[in-house]
Amino acid sequence: MINHIDVSSVLRRTVCDLYSNLVTRPTGAAVRTEIENLLASWHGPSLTVIDFSHVNLLDFSCADEVVAKLLLRFEGRTPPQDAYFLLRGVREDHLDAIEAALERYGLALVMQTDDGDPLLVGTVDDAHRRAWQALRELGRGAAEELGRALGEPPSYAESLLVSLHERRLVMRLDDTYVPLVAAQ
Amino acid sequence: MTTVINVPPSLDDATIEQVLDQVAPLPRDQKILIDARHTRWASPYALTSMLTIAQTRAERAAFAGPENDDTASYWARTGFYRHAEQLFDLHGHVPRARNGGESSVLLEITPVAKSEDVHDVVERIQQKAQAILVNELHLDPQATMRFAMTLSEACQNIVEHAQRGGWVAVQTYTWAKRLGRRVVQIAVCDAGIGFRASLESAHGRRMSDRWDDGMALEDAVIRGVSRFRDPGRGQGLAGVRRFVGKWDGKLSVRSGTARIAIVPSWDEDIPLAEDLAPFPGAQIQITIPERIPPR
Repeated sequence: MINHIDVSSVLRRTVCDLYSNLVTRPTGAAVRTEIENLLASWHGPSLTVIDFSHVNLLDFSCADEVVAKLLLRFEGRTPPQDAYFLLRGVREDHLDAIEAALERYGLALVMQTDDGDPLLVGTVDDAHRRAWQALRELGRGAAEELGRALGEPPSYAESLLVSLHERRLVMRLDDTYVPLVAAQ
Repeated sequence: MTTVINVPPSLDDATIEQVLDQVAPLPRDQKILIDARHTRWASPYALTSMLTIAQTRAERAAFAGPENDDTASYWARTGFYRHAEQLFDLHGHVPRARNGGESSVLLEITPVAKSEDVHDVVERIQQKAQAILVNELHLDPQATMRFAMTLSEACQNIVEHAQRGGWVAVQTYTWAKRLGRRVVQIAVCDAGIGFRASLESAHGRRMSDRWDDGMALEDAVIRGVSRFRDPGRGQGLAGVRRFVGKWDGKLSVRSGTARIAIVPSWDEDIPLAEDLAPFPGAQIQITIPERIPPR
């Protein structure tokens, strides 16, 4: 299931219908809570496109509240839901704030550039970045295919995929893994 | 008996210390008269600091404003008198701000106490920031959004930590003495609990042998330490620092008896000044210089 959340609409609905700037922690916390409420109403695995296209300003504190704390809740081995996130409409100044927030926790996410290409943002080491890129080129795959693409044993490829999945950077569908953009 | 506090002719982040040196030894309930009659110029930091001084007094302070008409009129246009009349007993002529036409005031002196005030400040600054920062100070268009982010984070320092309201102002002016160029300056001042008390309030925080205002400022401004356990906290001032570094600007933060500064090559300030006159709260100044276009 693919869902779309226009962050600017959530801001106006939950905080103030005159605001177009995502600034301050209370504002960010209110927006995140509403996003979490929407997620809770959707059942089963979901990919949520979080769209910043109509957000004017995003400050560091709000990026921490909206993006980093949302990811923190859903990453790991036992997330409350099988939810994945793809950011869209992120401008360069938005990205400054988002990257700073991700860095504080060692988090990462996938965003879609204006060209439609996926971009891995945040803290990811070379091995995982290479695996993510290889899976993206494969389109879909399990450990054997990824291992072949990387020239590595399947067990090693499996460990990379498990880690990428726990960080919500690739989706798991049965025994295979799918990059987020390809899943749309 | 009223103690007269003499204000220097030119009032900025350095010379305001002369005012604080006179105020600090006095009991809070001592009546003071801040005498700015001979003052000809004041930076936004100095103007907001003077409002902050009034907030610290238990006995309502008196204030005599500049006798020079141009200076008085300019202070009125910055919004100084609108707030000063709430905080001081004003002596002498009180100028009224004339409407419009003050392009150097990006943001009039504005009270900040809650999150909604920060939204208001950010909305208002964006209307003027693009035109002035890009067209007049020759900053990259990308700087406009980062400037507003910086302003937002500086104001949030009051909301999150001060435990009482403060003031923000943004102005451009020509900084002839130190730089010979135009600058845009953000001043955010409060008379709240200050960085040291804020960090001390952190549960389980272990103080080192050397623990004073200077170290609290080093922790907060340089190391991004916050009173909150949440590792996401402390990003605001780190973001401010990055912005200032990118645009060759200067950041200074005064709290208690110390002032820390990120000093660019064009300035001769010291990175950490200690043993200053004690003053409550936190006073932040961000200065971004005009870029000289390549010939």
